[in-house]
Amino acid sequence: MNDMRPIERATALDDTKISAKGVNVHYGAAHALKDVSVDIGDRLVTAFIGPSGCGKSTFLRCLNRMNDTIPSARVTGRIEIDGQDIYDRRVDPVQLRAKVGMVFQKPNPFPKSIYDNVAYGPKIHGLARSRADLDVIVEKALRRAALWTEAKDRLQSPGTGLSGGQQQRLCIARAVATEPEVLLMDEPCSALDPIATAQVEELIDELRQSYSVVIVTHSMQQAARVSQRTAFFHLGNLVEYGETGQIFTNPRDPRTESYISGRIG
Amino acid sequence: MPLGWLLLLVLLIAAAGYVMGRRRALSGAGGDTRAMHSLPGAYGWNVAMAVLIPSLLLMAAWTAVAPSVIDRMVAPMVADQGDPALVMSDVRRVARGLVILDEGFDTIAAEGLRDRLASVGVAVGQDVSESTLAAAERYDILAARSSWLLTALTLAIAGGAAAWALRRTTPDLRARNEVERGIQGLLIAAALVAIATTIGIVLALIFNTIKFFQLYPATDFFFGLTWSPSFGGGSELGILPLIWGTLYISFISLLVAVPLGLLSAVYLSEYASHRVRAWAKPMLEVLAGIPSIVYGLFALLTVGPALLAVFGDGGLGWMDGGTAVMTAGLVMGIMLIPFVSSLSDDIINAVPQAMRDGSLGLGATPSETIRQVVLPAALPGIAGAVLLAASRSIGETMIVVLGAGAAAKLSLNPFEAMTTITAKIVSQLTGDQDFSSPEALVAFALGMTLFVVTLCLNILALWIVRRYREQYE
Amino acid sequence: MTDLPLHGAMPEARPARSILDLDPRTRARNRAEARFRAYGLGALLVGLFFLVLLLGSILLNGLSAFTQTRIQLPVELLESELDPQGTRDPAVIGETSSLGYGDLIEAAMVQAVAAAGVPTAIEPGDLEDILSPGAGAQIREAVLRDPSLIGQTVTFDLLASSRVDGYVKGRVTRESLANDRNLRPEHLDIVDAMREAGTIERGFNADFITGADASERRPEEAGMGVAMIGSLYTMLVVLALSLPIGVAASIYLEEFAPKNRFTDLIEVNIANLAAVPSIVYGILGLAVFIQFMGLPQSAPLVGGLVLTLLTLPTIIIATRASLKAVPPSIRDAALGVGASKMQSVFHHVLPLAIPGIMTGTIIGMAHALGETAPLLLIGMVGFVASNYPNGALDGFTSPNSAMPAQIYEWAKRADPAFYERAWGGIVILLVFLLLMNLAAVLVRRRFERRW
Repeated sequence: MNDMRPIERATALDDTKISAKGVNVHYGAAHALKDVSVDIGDRLVTAFIGPSGCGKSTFLRCLNRMNDTIPSARVTGRIEIDGQDIYDRRVDPVQLRAKVGMVFQKPNPFPKSIYDNVAYGPKIHGLARSRADLDVIVEKALRRAALWTEAKDRLQSPGTGLSGGQQQRLCIARAVATEPEVLLMDEPCSALDPIATAQVEELIDELRQSYSVVIVTHSMQQAARVSQRTAFFHLGNLVEYGETGQIFTNPRDPRTESYISGRIG
Repeated sequence: MPLGWLLLLVLLIAAAGYVMGRRRALSGAGGDTRAMHSLPGAYGWNVAMAVLIPSLLLMAAWTAVAPSVIDRMVAPMVADQGDPALVMSDVRRVARGLVILDEGFDTIAAEGLRDRLASVGVAVGQDVSESTLAAAERYDILAARSSWLLTALTLAIAGGAAAWALRRTTPDLRARNEVERGIQGLLIAAALVAIATTIGIVLALIFNTIKFFQLYPATDFFFGLTWSPSFGGGSELGILPLIWGTLYISFISLLVAVPLGLLSAVYLSEYASHRVRAWAKPMLEVLAGIPSIVYGLFALLTVGPALLAVFGDGGLGWMDGGTAVMTAGLVMGIMLIPFVSSLSDDIINAVPQAMRDGSLGLGATPSETIRQVVLPAALPGIAGAVLLAASRSIGETMIVVLGAGAAAKLSLNPFEAMTTITAKIVSQLTGDQDFSSPEALVAFALGMTLFVVTLCLNILALWIVRRYREQYE
Repeated sequence: MTDLPLHGAMPEARPARSILDLDPRTRARNRAEARFRAYGLGALLVGLFFLVLLLGSILLNGLSAFTQTRIQLPVELLESELDPQGTRDPAVIGETSSLGYGDLIEAAMVQAVAAAGVPTAIEPGDLEDILSPGAGAQIREAVLRDPSLIGQTVTFDLLASSRVDGYVKGRVTRESLANDRNLRPEHLDIVDAMREAGTIERGFNADFITGADASERRPEEAGMGVAMIGSLYTMLVVLALSLPIGVAASIYLEEFAPKNRFTDLIEVNIANLAAVPSIVYGILGLAVFIQFMGLPQSAPLVGGLVLTLLTLPTIIIATRASLKAVPPSIRDAALGVGASKMQSVFHHVLPLAIPGIMTGTIIGMAHALGETAPLLLIGMVGFVASNYPNGALDGFTSPNSAMPAQIYEWAKRADPAFYERAWGGIVILLVFLLLMNLAAVLVRRRFERRW
């Protein structure tokens, strides 16, 4: 697992998908995220790294307003997707989340069949006009999540019966099935073994073809392997943001260097 | 010797044992506590416990068993006087009354004794016959003998135990370990009270139910369609109308309680702000803390008349009186709302937050998340909660006694008065009791049915809920 | 990763989706969301509405039991009627039964009506219907207490009959008396006049709180006092037994019991006992304590035993929870300095669990205090509560009732005047429950400890 090949992945900074300016998050009295500004490119994998509690997951959850579900959380600042402010009063978080999907740290399949897990999103968003439509969507999503061959014969068995890696790919399929434009992944491999991790990482690389992927990880190797851009968070601040290759080979900030070389974390 | 004095005496012996045991251990070690295995108090306690445990056990066992042994010895003397239970209670009352009258058996006459006893506040069921009087005399003698025997035995055991324990008291005795073993024994005994309770319930029900089935055929009881007890004889004691009434009322109560309780729980756990939750939840739980007699009165005097005004002769004309299946079911439903809601609240909260996040992260609305993810995940637990609520409503007594009516009927009209198993247990067992007629004994068979049904429901429900919890732990 | 044939077809042309405009589907979903939320709120409000309705009808109907209508009636205690020989010997005076005071009361009433200045068509003999049937006994008692009253005209504060009381409280109307043989509407003219004159007054009813139950004919005399004593003795037994047994059982199960099938059996058994219908405990008490062990019927002692068994599971469950909440580090610390297992539990764990145990016990006792059905089966029915116990110890064994059973008794009686008593009894019962729950909350607040 030591194939750091960041240089090959260098990609031009073309169009911006998400643009955050001066984002602050408070949990009650705690100031969790301090004045973060970042531009996230379209069809790129962006990695957020940093020690635990640095605010990277908090920031990720701002991007699809999942922080709304925590009563004590308060978000200020401006986050735009395609130039539209997601904290605008007119925005319905439900519609936003259809556009910005999310995969969580621990695989969390619903206690339903594999088929129903994947079909859940399309059903609530009304993406399928018929059962046949839905079948196609489910198959497409499972294929895109590289789970089709393993799951096609057991679509009606419960999703909780899959192995950990399969469960996480099921959750990715579930997220992909709603046709999002951005996919947020909160440490998607932290509960998986190395083999399952490799599968998911490969999948993330494939998903870049169609989506902007934002991935939170505390594994620097993983960030180096899968991402084109990397943002380093520390104590609620965005310390450094840039091309993954540059961050790992030539960090500008001494804190980034300390973290990458293992002196803080 | 009265039991209280005997108890006091035993306690005194134990206290003396404590002091002597402590002193003996100390003097054996020459007053040096470091030369002793345990603290001085432990030696004292060791002696005291050696006294207390056997003598108290003896006293408890004796008090529990002696009355029935004496009864059995006296009963043959009055075997020809009719119902043995009634006669024996008369014998006991006469014996007690004569003590109050302060007269010896040799001078007393059976003639007019009943009135004289009544004048000192002792009510006797029938006129006192010579044989009853003789039996009372015998009873009195036996009771006195039993009391002396108990006193002598208890004192002997207490004294013997004290002497034995004192002799063993040397500084090397592992007194603390012995005392701790004794305490552990007491702890186990306390835990066994729960088992003893269950055994007591089962035995009480079984013996009397068997007696009932000896007097009344079991098939008529379980399959009879009519319930019309008459203490004059010729009763029809079919349980089916009672089961029907019980299930009907319980069904209506669940119809009220389950949706209201479940929806309130969902609202409280998924929507309500902290402040609303902090107020509304305890308020709702007040409903659970109110005794069922209050609900009974509420059914009889508030809900019944209110329903009658709407559905009675003045309104729709479906209802004849305030007491009805609907009245009792509705009020019982109100009582069960907090029960269902707090159980469901626990169960809904046991569904991991990750499950909700997963659904919300896909762009589901909270209600879609609840209906399609949280509730299906919580379904087994909720089913368990509903079963527990059903068991509660089947076993509820005061609401149906006051709110459902007294007539046993097999009818579909929920506005008609019907009655339940519990209500009939109360009516057959209160008032003047005579435990030998089928009309009274039937209550035990009803109780047995009730116990078995609710036990099965409880075991099933607790098992479901337990398994459900383990799934998310 | 062999199964990715579709990705070549990606990306598809995505329709531009603006998050600022709500599409119709989202709008419909939001409406469904609002509806569902409203259902939840509605259910909660219905539940709270029932609570308000329940408490409202209790207070509305029950508070009037704490006032009572009384009549100030000057009665001439004629020596010729009560003590013709002038002996003033209580034994002689006692020979006149309370019925013997009827003529005196009749005469007094005639005078009082005349004084009030209402012409009436009612026979003099029926005038005393305004008074409680217990008025004679009330006067007789006063005379026996102080024979020197004989020969004087004494003004007594007599209970009005339940119908008059109901009229003063607005429960009884002239129309409702049409079918009532106890009182005629004409009586009410007299009552009105006497109220104007101030001789009929409604005042605080201390007797309701301290008095005993009265017979079916005298609802105005019935009180909760004796039943409260019965409840007190019952609860003393419950406390004395269930607390030590419950705590001991919990300590064993939580701290000492080996994990084996027998322990499992006890635990399952306790969970099930907690859900056994209360009436089954009544059957247990009847068959075991009264039939088999020969304990007296209707005795608070037996009631206490039954309610102890009923409360034990609650107390055990609460106690185990609070023992479990004491962190293992405390036990380890005690064991580490050489204490025995028993010493670590009794010296360190148990004291820390006491607030939880107290809360659980108080709540269990509150539950037992409101329990009715099992008491009915062991004979602690309402009408038994007609005498105070003779002594402090006698209270455990002399026949008595308990508050909820007394309420049930009144609810069952035919005369609606008793309903007011039943509601009033509930007010008293709920005050006790409120105090107990308040105590539980205070204990929890005061001693709550978070680890």
